[in-house]
Formats: sequence, structure tokens, C-alpha cells
Amino acid sequence: MDARKQVAIVGAAETDIVGEIPDKSAIQLHAESARNALADAGIKKDEVDGILCAGQSPVAVANYLGIVPSFLDGTAVGGCSFMIHVRHAVAAILAGYCEVALVTHGESGRSRIGGGANRQPAGGSDLPGQFEAPFGPFGPPTLFPMGVARYMKTYGLTEEQLASVAVAQRKWAAMNPRAMYRDPLTVEDVLNSRLIAWPVHILECCLVTDGGGALVLVSAERARSMGTGKKPVYVLGSGESCETPMVSQMADFTSSAAFRVAGASAFKSAGIEHKDVDHLMIYDAFAHLPIYGLEDLGFVKRGEAGAFIADGRTSPGAELPLNTNGGGLSYTHTGMYGMFAIQESVRQLRGEAAAQVSDVKISVAHGVGGMFAASGTLVLTNEA
Amino acid sequence: MAEAPRKPLPVPTPETAPYWEGLKRRELRIQRCRDCSQAYFYPRPFCPRCFSANVEWFTASGRARLHTFEVIHRAAPAFAADVPYVLAVVELEEGPRMMTNLVGVAPDPAQLGLDMPLEISYEDVSGDITLPKFRPAGGGS
Repeated sequence: MDARKQVAIVGAAETDIVGEIPDKSAIQLHAESARNALADAGIKKDEVDGILCAGQSPVAVANYLGIVPSFLDGTAVGGCSFMIHVRHAVAAILAGYCEVALVTHGESGRSRIGGGANRQPAGGSDLPGQFEAPFGPFGPPTLFPMGVARYMKTYGLTEEQLASVAVAQRKWAAMNPRAMYRDPLTVEDVLNSRLIAWPVHILECCLVTDGGGALVLVSAERARSMGTGKKPVYVLGSGESCETPMVSQMADFTSSAAFRVAGASAFKSAGIEHKDVDHLMIYDAFAHLPIYGLEDLGFVKRGEAGAFIADGRTSPGAELPLNTNGGGLSYTHTGMYGMFAIQESVRQLRGEAAAQVSDVKISVAHGVGGMFAASGTLVLTNEA
Repeated sequence: MAEAPRKPLPVPTPETAPYWEGLKRRELRIQRCRDCSQAYFYPRPFCPRCFSANVEWFTASGRARLHTFEVIHRAAPAFAADVPYVLAVVELEEGPRMMTNLVGVAPDPAQLGLDMPLEISYEDVSGDITLPKFRPAGGGS
């Protein structure tokens, strides 16, 4: 079945603010996002019959909102869950399982109100508990970059090139009033910042913030009939995959199998080529993620992405605008950032981004979950 | 160290117990498929490549190479006294890879070459649990 442009995002919004929100719980951040996105869509709450979320159970979110849905998806595979939710919402709407799908994210990653992730490494009987935790990892900053040393040896990536990812994204963040960090950054600043886990410095690690976001999806037919409001953003293609619950078991430490599968599926289902992409979001939990993403999605050849970014080719005004909100490194990162990557793609396609790129017709939002554990990729367009 | 939080300990399952029991005896016991010859890790009672249940445990050589690593500078409270330390993935001579720590070597990236030869070093961390750590082959520095 050809699902291209059959379903559209008609509502998209984040929490009123992102950053530090000590007076709201995680589930309230879901709800605030949902209320904002439904208001953005001009759709009443009682019309929502599909609930998709991660972090909180869809049962909890549906009840909190006062909704008894006919479709629910609690796929929770980390920060790319929301790309996958959008993909599943397309399938559910086309199958007739629901008519109005609401995808929500809310996380009190910084303030830890009402349920935040426990970053203490737990021992235990599950696989990471047995085969990784005993050796002293400390959450994503010490697990995610495990392959960077191998990548450096294989392709000659330099520490300066890695640092340039944070520098490039800060240039975008400087144009975004909502970004947590907006001051200019140099490669030297990054390399002089605190070492967290060599080769990664703290300015190459994502922020830890509070916030949320939500999306409302309906059939393209309904989107067109709504008539008023903002330009629908159509789902042109999508992909999802997973590889391993333990980063230590990646088949290739220089490339993500989940990225390759999700990305190829998204491009194939959309029927587009890389040159068709006007705007790109690659979930940047750490500075090496855009490097792996550019290569695994096929925008550049293996080993070329570090130089591509360091040469400014993803910076403002250049050929491939990447992470134009400032990304997880400078904009915000609640813990599961993928929702914010999608929000920025939607803003760019609607023409309402803070750092608006001219004439965006196709945007790709690529997410990672866990430590290269899972992936989801969306190809979105504003052309009906 | 005495007042530091306890380090997390693995809890074996029925499928992984032979691995942990082997380490206790100072043997690195991993699995191999009798049908397709694939050696694999982590433990499962079937081959993750060809799906055969005709698999066997065997004692690996304990020789490995450094596949990739980080030097941890910001650690969990239970590991704070150990920083900096090397969190690594090693590739066993038989093929499978596993997470470990390097011991007997300075936690200095300049001295840690990828693919450098390593050998296993058993570390008892409780009455029941011995962890497989690795040091430079030939006694280390």
C-alpha cells in the first residue's frame, strides 16, 4: 500500500517553555503539550481516539486527559519512540483504528518531578545488568560514545572535527530564543570543557531539561477539509528498526544497523533521493550522533561526515541545514528528544521556525533510541 | 571505599549461570553452535545466527584485542573513587565481543592502542561473582 501523503500532522506544539520547569510533573508536561497541540490543530479533545506516547504509559496519559481511546501505542524504545509513533499513527489511521491520533511527550528530565529516569546503573538479572553495569558505565554519557574511538581509528575523525558538531549547532541555536545555550562556541571551548568520558567533553553531551511536545495526526482527506489553520504537514515516508539493548553488542561500532534500516525504509517508502531533502534533523544526544546519522542515512559516504560538518556544510546558510533548533546539544534535551526534532521539522515546513530555512519542501527527522538501540526516521513534506 | 555505595552486581539467570560459574572457577566459558560453528556472547541456549539449539559451552582462550574504549572521568557514586578508569569493549580471539574494564595499564588514551593484545584477568567482586577484566597481554605494564 502506498501510504505517501495519506496522513498529515495538523497539530504540533511544545510545552509553553522548555528548559527548567520545576512546578510541573512529567505527566502534566504530556498534558500541556497535548492541549497546546490540539489548540494548534483546532480539534476538540473528545475527537481524539488514538493515544501514542512514551515515558508515561498510554493508559496514564489517556486517563489524565480524560480520553477512552480506540487505539493505543506505548512503544517506548527511547528518544526515537515518537518517530515510530508517527509511523504507527499513519498505519492506524489508514487501517481505520482511529481518526485523530495524539502523540505526546513530557519529561521532567532536569527537575525530576513525577517520575524521571533513574540514571544509577542498576545491577541485576537483565542483560545490561549482567553484562554492562558491573563495569561502571554511568548512563548515556559513558555508554553512547563507546564506538567513537573505533570510528576515529577507522576513519581518522579528529577530536576537533567531533567538537565542530557542537560548534555548528550552536550557530543555529544562536538564532533560537527558546534555546538553552545561545552564546557562540569555538572548537577550543569544546575541547577545553570538562572531560566526561574520553573522547567526549561535556559540551559534546546533550542538555538535561524539562519539557514536552505533542502532535495531532489525521487523514489527509480530513486535513484538507479542515480548511482553516496551518498548512498540513504530510507524512511522505517512514522507517523504524532496532539493534541491541547493549551498546557493547553493536555489530559495527562505526555505524548503526538500526539507523541504516530505518533510514533506507524511510527514503524508499517516500520515493525520494537525498538531493530532494531541504532540511534535516538528526537526534544529537552526543556530538557523534549527527556524524553516524549523516553516513548511515546516506547523505555522505562512510567516514566523510566529520569533515562535512567541520567544513560548515550543515551550518546556517550552507547546503544541508541540520539541527536548526540547536539540537539536543544547545536547544533542549528532556531525555527523549526525538519529539523536539519532529517539532522543528514541522515548524520548518510550516515556515514558522526561529531559524527559518527558505523554501523547505521536504524535511527528514531521524531519531535514535537508547544507545544505538533503536531508530525511527520520518520524511515529511508540505506539498499535498 | 567502605562508605561508597555498593557497585552493581550481576544476578545470573538459568541461561547465563554456566558463564558466571565458569568465571568463578577462572574459566571464560562461552557458547558455540555445533551446526554453524559460530561462537557467540551473551549466553543463550540457541544460536543467534542459525537458530539451532544444538549449542555447546566451551572454554575460551582468554586472549582478546582492544576493540574500543572510553576513559571514564565522571562516574556513578559507587565508581567515583576509581576515576579515571577504562570502560572497554574487547574482541575475544574466538570472535565475540564483551564490555569490560582494562586493568594493569594507565587510563591514558595515548597508551591504549586499538587492537592491542589483551588477556583476561579475573576479579572476585563478591562471594559468588567474578568479573572478567582484561590487561595487556604478557603481564602488562
